[in-house]
Amino acid sequence: MAKKKFVVGCFDDEAVLFPAVKKVRTAGYKIHDVYTPFAVHGLDHAMGLRETSLHTAGFIYGITGTTTALSCISWIFTKDWPLNIGGKPHFALPAWVPITFELTVLFAAVGMVLTFCYLCQLAPFVKKHHFHARATDDLFVMVIECTDKTNTEDLKGFLASNGAIETDIQIAEEGWWLGHYDKDEMRFEAKQTVAA
Amino acid sequence: MHLKYESQLREPLVYGDKNYHQVTEDIVRPIEAKPTRLWYVGFYIAVCLLLFGVYAIYRDVTYGIGQWNLNKTVGWGWDITNFVWWVGIGHAGTLISAILLLFRQGWRTGVNRAAEAMTIFAVMCAGQFPIWHMGRVWMAFFVLPYPNSRGPLWVNFNSPLLWDVFAISTYFTVSLLFWYSGLLPDFATIRDRAFTKLRKRLYGVAAFGWTGSTKHWQRHESLSLVLAGLSTPLVLSVHTIVSFDFATSVIPGWHTTIFPPYFVAGAIFSGFAMVQTLMLMIRKIFSMEDYITVGHIEAMNKVIVLTGSIVGVAYLTELFMGWYSQNKYEGYTFWYSRANLFSPYGWSYWGMMACNVLSPQIFWFRKMRRNLFVTFFMSIIVNIGMWFERFVIIVTSLYRDYLPSSWSVYYSPTIWEIGFYAGTFGLFFTCFFLFAKYFPVIAIAEIKYVLKTTGEGYKGRMEGIEGEKLESFVHEHAH
Repeated sequence: MAKKKFVVGCFDDEAVLFPAVKKVRTAGYKIHDVYTPFAVHGLDHAMGLRETSLHTAGFIYGITGTTTALSCISWIFTKDWPLNIGGKPHFALPAWVPITFELTVLFAAVGMVLTFCYLCQLAPFVKKHHFHARATDDLFVMVIECTDKTNTEDLKGFLASNGAIETDIQIAEEGWWLGHYDKDEMRFEAKQTVAA
Repeated sequence: MHLKYESQLREPLVYGDKNYHQVTEDIVRPIEAKPTRLWYVGFYIAVCLLLFGVYAIYRDVTYGIGQWNLNKTVGWGWDITNFVWWVGIGHAGTLISAILLLFRQGWRTGVNRAAEAMTIFAVMCAGQFPIWHMGRVWMAFFVLPYPNSRGPLWVNFNSPLLWDVFAISTYFTVSLLFWYSGLLPDFATIRDRAFTKLRKRLYGVAAFGWTGSTKHWQRHESLSLVLAGLSTPLVLSVHTIVSFDFATSVIPGWHTTIFPPYFVAGAIFSGFAMVQTLMLMIRKIFSMEDYITVGHIEAMNKVIVLTGSIVGVAYLTELFMGWYSQNKYEGYTFWYSRANLFSPYGWSYWGMMACNVLSPQIFWFRKMRRNLFVTFFMSIIVNIGMWFERFVIIVTSLYRDYLPSSWSVYYSPTIWEIGFYAGTFGLFFTCFFLFAKYFPVIAIAEIKYVLKTTGEGYKGRMEGIEGEKLESFVHEHAH
């Protein structure tokens, strides 16, 4: 895959990040992504991302579970092998409620987690480019995609004037690939030795 | 940025004036440091217990479960008692992580990760009992409904025992998914600050390549919320279904409609007690006093006194119905086999009453709720009491059946039944020690999320907001 050029700005406070996101968008830059150490509520709206439909998928998986349970059990107990249990009806719906419920939950949960992993491209051994090692610790890392016309120095200055404590330019792969993280340069260690 | 305002009146959930980086440091420290001697000692004891359990199970499989003291009327004894006990303990984790999430209880953030881990390990322990109780364990797959070469002869979908198979396995799967999806960002945190190659590689694999992208967080939030919504009825259903194992039978003492709510309350009761035991150990061993605060302990003690009292009401209702129904078998079971101190198993009933109903009442006093020694002691007492409860329900209903000639046998366990039980303790604590060493015991990302609203160092700065008008607050702070 093609590599792209990005300008990276790091913020240490979400209160500074929000207005910066607004300004960067108004200035017409394309925000590739903002990497945060925790879920910052409202950031998705500020960045103009659409709502996720994951819960709808969950609902569909759930009703799939319900129908699977009901159709299988009723076919088994009324058609395939009707068991006479104390002369009670073969089609014993109330007795099937527990299993139907459990399968609904099971299908919804497993389906949603798999969909989540698929959408976010998450799996063991998957490797992605990390713009900053502290993005999972205490920094909010805004990554802006550059075009041919982008003046990167201007953009860096613009980010700094909006509160970014660190800015740099990176050329990186957008997608994911298989690999190990231990081959990364260890920024964090370097930072620690400086501190110590 | 204060998207959530919290009143000054509430205790801080994170003590000390911390920033995000310090939160990471504090929680990841035990993972990056060498284990303490205490950890090694605990782990060693746990592994020894586990090995003894493995030997007990090896004997069960080799000689059959005839080596247990189960007999003609007491067909369920320690095995099913322990099964129900462990499943009950396994309820607190998902209750904390799911129900309290829906109820927006901020204090759950400090304890949810470890409680969920505990849930998963407890359910693993619980599962052992029905599996090895089968005797011919190589036939265990017969419980699965699949088109087989025996007819196909299907499992009985109308049987509570099969409902249990579905309930427990679903509960285990969903709890595991919920727990692991919450762990992904925290594994990524450990990965990105790792300074040994091996750690970077292992946590890199475990983190699934998590980056912290905003879109991923948005989906992650949606996933957690829906999983919480699904888990909430799931938690309630699991122990309800376990209670159906008993309630749908026609055995006096089991045949009661009060069982589902009574079992669920008891499950939460014992689960919280186990969470208390473990939390008090974790906060001490790993110095997490700033995150698992006395406020957390107190909140859980409130749940314990509430659910303990619900259980107490259920006990009294059963006794009342034993008399009010004027059914002589019910009356005999409740008033002779159980409530009579001088009947063969009267000690277990009154042990249960003392541990579950009377002693937790001290938690009506704030001083006691906030006393760590009392809490630790009570958490053990409650779990002993809840074990007695399951023993009382199972054995006192079975040991005197409708045929007085089979009454003489007094059921007491053999060393292999006890060994099996001890082995599950070994399994539980082996898993828990490994978890405490290699996993973030507190949800790092979630703590960071609530830090600025509930952290001690930040709460003071919110005073200004307290004076603001609602409209200007929304205008200023909500995006």
